[in-house]
Amino acid sequence: MVNRNCRATLRLLTLINRQGHPHPPLSSSPSGIDACWKQLQRNNVHGEHKIVSFFSPLASSLKTRQWGVKIQSRCYGSASVLVQRNPKFSKLNDEDVRYFEGILGAKNVIQDDEKLITANTDWMRKYKGSSKLLLQPRTTDQVSEILKYCNFRCLAVVPQGGNTGLVGGSVPVFDEVVVSLSAMSKIISFDKVSGILVCEAGCILENIISFLDSEGFIMPLDLGAKGSCQIGGNVSTNAGGLRLLRYGSLHGNVLGIEAVLADGTVLDMLKTLRKDNTGYDLKHLFIGSEGSLGIVTKVSILTPPKLSSVNVAFLACKDYSSCQKLLQEARRKLGEILSAFEFLDSNAMNLVLNHLEGARNPLPTSLHNFYVLIETTGSDESSDKQKLEAFLLGSMENELISDGALAQDINQASSFWLLREGIPEALMRAGAVYKYDLSIPVEKMYNLVEEMRSRLGNDANVVGYGHLGDGNLHLNVSTPQYDDKILSQIEPFVYEWTSKHHGSISAEHGLGLMKANKIFYSKSPETVKVMTSIKKLLDPNHILNPYKVLPCSSIS
Amino acid sequence: MKIMVAIKRVIDYAVKIRVKPDKSGVVTQNVKMSMNPFCEIALEEALRMRESGLASEVVAVTMGPSQCLDTLRTGLAMGADRGIHVDSTSALHPLHVAKILMNLVQIEKPSLIILGKQAIDDDCNQTGQMVAGLLNWPQGTFASKVVLDKEKEEVTVDREVDDGIETVQLKLPAVITTDLRLNQPRYATLPNIMKAKSKPIKKFTPQELNVEIKSDLEIVEVTEPPKRKAGVMVSSVDELIDKLKNEAKVI
Ligand SMILES: Cc1cc2nc3c(=O)[nH]c(=O)nc-3n(C[C@H](O)[C@H](O)[C@H](O)COP(=O)(O)OP(=O)(O)OC[C@H]3O[C@@H](n4cnc5c(N)ncnc54)[C@H](O)[C@@H]3O)c2cc1C
Repeated sequence: MVNRNCRATLRLLTLINRQGHPHPPLSSSPSGIDACWKQLQRNNVHGEHKIVSFFSPLASSLKTRQWGVKIQSRCYGSASVLVQRNPKFSKLNDEDVRYFEGILGAKNVIQDDEKLITANTDWMRKYKGSSKLLLQPRTTDQVSEILKYCNFRCLAVVPQGGNTGLVGGSVPVFDEVVVSLSAMSKIISFDKVSGILVCEAGCILENIISFLDSEGFIMPLDLGAKGSCQIGGNVSTNAGGLRLLRYGSLHGNVLGIEAVLADGTVLDMLKTLRKDNTGYDLKHLFIGSEGSLGIVTKVSILTPPKLSSVNVAFLACKDYSSCQKLLQEARRKLGEILSAFEFLDSNAMNLVLNHLEGARNPLPTSLHNFYVLIETTGSDESSDKQKLEAFLLGSMENELISDGALAQDINQASSFWLLREGIPEALMRAGAVYKYDLSIPVEKMYNLVEEMRSRLGNDANVVGYGHLGDGNLHLNVSTPQYDDKILSQIEPFVYEWTSKHHGSISAEHGLGLMKANKIFYSKSPETVKVMTSIKKLLDPNHILNPYKVLPCSSIS
Repeated sequence: MKIMVAIKRVIDYAVKIRVKPDKSGVVTQNVKMSMNPFCEIALEEALRMRESGLASEVVAVTMGPSQCLDTLRTGLAMGADRGIHVDSTSALHPLHVAKILMNLVQIEKPSLIILGKQAIDDDCNQTGQMVAGLLNWPQGTFASKVVLDKEKEEVTVDREVDDGIETVQLKLPAVITTDLRLNQPRYATLPNIMKAKSKPIKKFTPQELNVEIKSDLEIVEVTEPPKRKAGVMVSSVDELIDKLKNEAKVI
């Protein structure tokens, strides 16, 4: 068949090939399943559950339902956290609704059941609240008026961005009012000389990325949820993602924030300066505090220029120690062009190859114990490629790498990335999964996976992968079904182990509701006490995102 | 038996194409360039023939400025035995390429030439046919399956045509152009990238091959296709009907 425009046809074919994965349908699901979930859960909070939906929740709705029943009807012994509604909070009444309508106009005060179901349910469909009200302010002043009133009335509030958080932080636990930033999605300014972008908190990450692309810049942050998550949510969770190794965390890239405190005070810290040492740098309090200290309404962020030369290599290593040495060498020899260093073990690789359509092993001749994905980003195609090739061939001679492939075009590069980014989806398809997102010193990181493997024996498939370059391990335990016995083998062991090795029980996803009571595994009582005093200072009635981040015991 | 494969360096198919402000062409500066996907498929097919003992050597040919050497190295890293680079900085049209290939055939004497059915930059879909015409060789274009019979010196080609698959049998020497479904090209692995470094690349100029690069074709203007207008949400059937009647004027 003669195709007139082959470029378009090829794109289409790639799309068709990829259907069914890997891009998550990051939107709300049909209400059928939601309704089912609504019935199943009534505000009890469990420990780790099966994550029912990650990339394609609708692929097997029947199965989903069955899992739903199973998960929601149980309460995990030691790991369960039963939260009581704080009786200090008022209950919403008609007068409140009318007041909000006065501020926002009736259109932006939402009581519609379907929309509320979406706002009440988290992305994994694991946590579900029963809020009766969703507010959509359009300006900072409106946010301020809302909070002032809620504080006065003692109405609890959940700030909500794109609702893609993975720790149950973005949805109500009980009847908290949801304040969504979605309607605040304007780009305010962009300075082409400095690369500084100022925008409202509700801007969707992907929209910012494409705006910047047309200006010749990129976001210093990229993650799988970009099609739905908002910059305000990213800042509030201090999201890490795939480019952290190169561009650092949001604590470095965010130059300014405008935030509204619980009593309605607007803190204007929306500077566009790289250097500003005048007193305490309060904006950092709002980066990663998961909506518990204030609502972020505007952000200014430093963006790097877009570079034209990107290379991706997919490599095999015989053992974990070679992966580590390879990382050290890559830092030295690729230096300024290194932009990602990700790893996966053979269990993860098998899982992807078996469960993800379109996944293809670039190194099919033999099975290797570990795989590493290296990406470089630079400004000179030929010298970057030369540098990377020299590094890879050298590492092969030194036997740090046992085999490898270098992507020759963008399509090959994305097929390498698919193997790494598709792991969560492959895990979903393999059955039940227990997920942990841990920071651990690189040299000890894989010991945990091995110990977990020997603890669980043949009962489970223990999978290790993650952002090796950042010391961030995603430890996942995959089993055919959920099982209390398995869970009690994993927790609290995994937290204790991480704590013993001075790691963090949440590398990038935050604490939210899931791990609020686990904070002591990573932070000393003194530190948590200071956090609590800051919380009390900024939000004396604790109306902002209650039951999350800090342990209930410290707050009451 | 020797196989010659033509490979072209084009803007990577995943790149969003931008038209130059003066409409003289598309922006290629600072844009990712890769091997034309159909050429990759052509090379893969040749490599498979060699690996199954049907051919003894695969020679990859590329034409264009010195940057094309990168594409040629990719070809060598995939497994081609040798490379030929025809160095030219002027624009090469299908007839030029076909003439150059014809003259290279006199030097290399391959029994089979495999090319992509078209390049995704200018979408010409002419070169393979022109080479076959110039050489007076049989051609099997848009191949989705190729079976070579070494003894009989024959090749059977399944062609993707509009109403299905057409099977043709060609006597060697012959020309084949490849379609998308023929095979899935391999990756360039590190050991092969390493081996490729010592593979020979011969260089020619069009003049050395007695081909005059003169074009009878002038590009008048390059423009982007019209942008699709954004959709609108209508709130009721009545509004829809109203819009169809009064705005779109289709009912
Ligand atoms: C497919 C997928 C891939 C992911 N990959 C990564 C990854 O690589 N790295 C990573 O770090 N995370 C990752 N995540 C989780 C990540 O935390 C979120 O995707 C994102 O940062 C949250 O943004 P959001 O707008 O969806 O926030 P939400 O989920 O709506 O909220 C997250 C938290 O921030 C608070 N919040 C939201 N907006 C505001 C605001 N304007 N002011 C105050 N508080 C606010 C909420 O109350 C909640 O506590 C991933 C999630 C998914 C679904």
